[in-house]
Amino acid sequence: MEKRIITNKKQFDIKSFFLQWEWMLVLIFILINIMNANFSPYYLNTNNLLNATMAFLDKAFIVLPMAFVIIMGDIDISVGSTVALSAVVMAVLYNAGLPMGLAMMICLLVGATCGFINGFLITKYKELSAVIVTLATMTIYRGIAYVILENQASGGFPMWFSYLGWGYVGKIPFMLIAFAICAVIYGLLLHKTTFGRRVFAIGNNDTASRFSGVEVDKIKIIVFTLAGLMASVTALFLTSRMGSTRPNVAMGYELDVIAMVVLGGVSTAGGKGRMIGTILSIFIIGFLRYGLGLINTSAQVLLIIIGMLLIFSVMIPNIKFKKRKKAKEA
Amino acid sequence: MKKMLAILICLVMVLTVFTGCSQSAPEETGGQEAPVEAGDATEAKQRHAIIFKNTGNPFGEKMMEGFKTAIEELGHEAILRAPDQPTAEAQIQMIEELIAQQVDSIALAANDYDALQPVLTRAMNQGITVLTLDSTTNPDSRMVHINQADPERIGRVQIEAVYDMIGGEGEIAVLSATSQAANQNLWIEWMKTELEDPKYDNMELVRVAYGDDLRDKSVSETEALLQSFPNLKGIIAPTTVGIAAAGRVLTDQGLQGEVHLTGLGLPSEMAAYIENGVCEWMYLWNPIDLGYLGGYASYALVEGTITGAVGDTFDAGHLGAKEVIEASDGGTEVMLGDPFRFDADNINEWKDVY
Amino acid sequence: MLKRNIQNMMKAENISKFRELGLLVFIIILTVAVQIRNPRFLTVSNLTNMITNTAILSILAVGMMLVIITRGIDLSIGATLALSGMISALTVSANPDMHPILVILIGILVGTVCGLIVGVLVGKAGILPIIASLGMMNVFRGLTFMVSGGSWVSAHQMPDSFQSISTSKVMGINTLVFIAIVIYIIFYYFINHTRTGRQIYAVGSNPDSAKISGINIDKILIMVYGIMGSLAGLSGVLWVSKFASAQGDTAMGYELNVIAACVLGGVSIAGGSGKISGIILGSLLLGILHNALPLLLISPFWQQAIQGFIILGAVLINVLVKRNAERKNLVRRNI
Repeated sequence: MEKRIITNKKQFDIKSFFLQWEWMLVLIFILINIMNANFSPYYLNTNNLLNATMAFLDKAFIVLPMAFVIIMGDIDISVGSTVALSAVVMAVLYNAGLPMGLAMMICLLVGATCGFINGFLITKYKELSAVIVTLATMTIYRGIAYVILENQASGGFPMWFSYLGWGYVGKIPFMLIAFAICAVIYGLLLHKTTFGRRVFAIGNNDTASRFSGVEVDKIKIIVFTLAGLMASVTALFLTSRMGSTRPNVAMGYELDVIAMVVLGGVSTAGGKGRMIGTILSIFIIGFLRYGLGLINTSAQVLLIIIGMLLIFSVMIPNIKFKKRKKAKEA
Repeated sequence: MKKMLAILICLVMVLTVFTGCSQSAPEETGGQEAPVEAGDATEAKQRHAIIFKNTGNPFGEKMMEGFKTAIEELGHEAILRAPDQPTAEAQIQMIEELIAQQVDSIALAANDYDALQPVLTRAMNQGITVLTLDSTTNPDSRMVHINQADPERIGRVQIEAVYDMIGGEGEIAVLSATSQAANQNLWIEWMKTELEDPKYDNMELVRVAYGDDLRDKSVSETEALLQSFPNLKGIIAPTTVGIAAAGRVLTDQGLQGEVHLTGLGLPSEMAAYIENGVCEWMYLWNPIDLGYLGGYASYALVEGTITGAVGDTFDAGHLGAKEVIEASDGGTEVMLGDPFRFDADNINEWKDVY
Repeated sequence: MLKRNIQNMMKAENISKFRELGLLVFIIILTVAVQIRNPRFLTVSNLTNMITNTAILSILAVGMMLVIITRGIDLSIGATLALSGMISALTVSANPDMHPILVILIGILVGTVCGLIVGVLVGKAGILPIIASLGMMNVFRGLTFMVSGGSWVSAHQMPDSFQSISTSKVMGINTLVFIAIVIYIIFYYFINHTRTGRQIYAVGSNPDSAKISGINIDKILIMVYGIMGSLAGLSGVLWVSKFASAQGDTAMGYELNVIAACVLGGVSIAGGSGKISGIILGSLLLGILHNALPLLLISPFWQQAIQGFIILGAVLINVLVKRNAERKNLVRRNI
């Protein structure tokens, strides 16, 4: 499998380069922007657009490692609960007198631990699919958050903490910069390192890569730990944006995140996908929602449009490939 | 080339769907003008937005309807919004969108007491009037709260009701919404305070259960209450889904008269159980009036008639003059009135209204 | 040759029996534990409650099992359930004299259409099931809010005949449970003893060889999602009748419960395997959890964590028992 990917890179062909899924996404992205700008006079405003990114970028941090998870052919539906648990632990520790910096470190640690537990269970008990393991830990992590904070909210963070979710560097939101840095790191990790190639190899054929000496278990554990870690990064930003936290935050984030990843062209069958597509799809869904929000579209119409977008955008390349297949067969 | 053409055609199709949907959208949200015109007319016509907790909730729909009536009576434009899920995250996003549109006021039924503070502060810093109704935020993030009824009265009146129903003694239980619901938690606190009165010495609150406003969970919780406390005499459910689910269970198991039910519920949902005697009476307030009052308060705040300080008075259409008073959480509020009692005598008038 | 075949079959049967044994043992342990804490658990009235409440879940689990066997997943069923429930509730409130069976048929029809749409997207358009159903989930949910116009259909708008679907009895058994039993019998026969039923397994365990052996995969996929949809549609009517209310957000997130019931019952996400007896146990375990946790009278804040640990415990014990059984089998073969 590794070999094939390498040879693919060597044969550079302009036609196939432009027929890639990512260009589709670019096209959709441009069209959505044109549409939004036509519908709302408030859309084409740099400040508004930059502010808008802050509204959806919190979950985007999870999208990055989730792409790895899905490329491996697994899935992690416990991320929303991991966000809640790590945010709750951080808030409680801070209010118990720990310095904020330390509480934030522990927040990251909790997230990574949650992810590690997922990875450990999935690799140790291979009979269990990632769906059922993360389904169980989803309930457990949020359950623990409820046990810790019951029906209370916890907040009162220092002023500087709100900078994470609301601060600007110049005119650019801090969150956007943080996300850009993470995106570059994850993009390089996936496409430019041995680790990334192995993730693809596992997604293509778990058993074969095991026999060819890839430490499948180790890589899986690392990827799930990264997913947990990034969930706690989301927890930091989300908590900063809300100023306080509760056990029921980030409810349903997992489905939003998975939708963004698959729209980005990552196949849930594993072994296929690219970081740039995933990142594009974050902004497609984000700006589409924002644009429709600016013309006060009702929630039900919004639901339908997002659903249609998912299906149509995935359907188009399928038609394309089917045609190509037929041409080959003929 | 053909492939590209196919792709393009598909895209055009997708776009048509989008545009079709989006153009119908303003009608959905009710009476919003084409955005371009709205931009020009900002000076003349104020735009008042209301955000409810989630969409598809009849209480919220009626409240937004009342809000819209009030705003349109005043000759301005109402924007009605509600997220698909009752979360604070979704409301934050909506408030951001409304800030970008430079609306004049935002009235919201908050999904979280504290979590909206940063975004609401930002809205107020941009000169947008912020008020809450039905479910409030902390005093720092709002100018005024439109309170449906005094939480203390809501809590106490339900204990009094169950006291009358069960004859002053026996075990009672509470079936609430989610454990995070701020309104319900406050009311339950007041119920517990009321129970400290020596008058209720023979009554015991055995459990507070949470049905999460889900039908199936509320039914399971009610059944568990009946199984675990065979001597249970009364159930108080201060939430529509909970009280209707409990009504359904008591009806199915034929427990009319043995286990009494009261609480807060929509008359339409509860009509069947009030008529069959499972729930002798229950309470609620008028969501249409609540929204209506919210609409007039938004207008008064934007016009500067009131600032949200204690003692301010403003005209609230057919509700007459209303006064801003001190709220129990340290902020200010406007009170709609006492909770209204629904029983077999009046349920027929109300069940088709809301 | 024949002998060896039979031996193989018997061995395969042993293993698969063991597969459910772990779950069964776990359910028994759980039952005993709950019974010790609250003796009202094993009473006729409580068990009736529990089984009635589990009926809808178990009906959906049958459809979901078929979908998962074909390596698919259907996240849209909660929304399908809500949509068909809402449409049938609106119909029945407008025509109170309608026969309940007709209403059920309407619900099934709506559900089947929804399911077929997902099926065509998966089978014909080749979209991954998770995306197709995730997308349609949003669409169906949005439609539910739209047809209802934001209001609910309440108990007083539903005629008694409709509400009594869920409370009446057939041959001494609650109608919901009766329907579930009938569905289980039909599908037991269907997937084990009909050609089409076996083809579903073939498609799941090896799509390529299924195709070569002349199975029309697209057709099977569309049929499977259609069945899932029709069961979700049926469940929608039963749900609305049971709770005497139709809301736009009915059964939101319920699909995860159904998937959990299947996977707990040994249906493999990788496709190709899954048994009716397994999903009965899986649904039963979830049913017990939903019924018993409130009965335990523990703090409501602990309920979710405990539920999670029990699910995790169940799957782990199941794996360990299975491993043990397989090891024993291997030892026996060596001798």
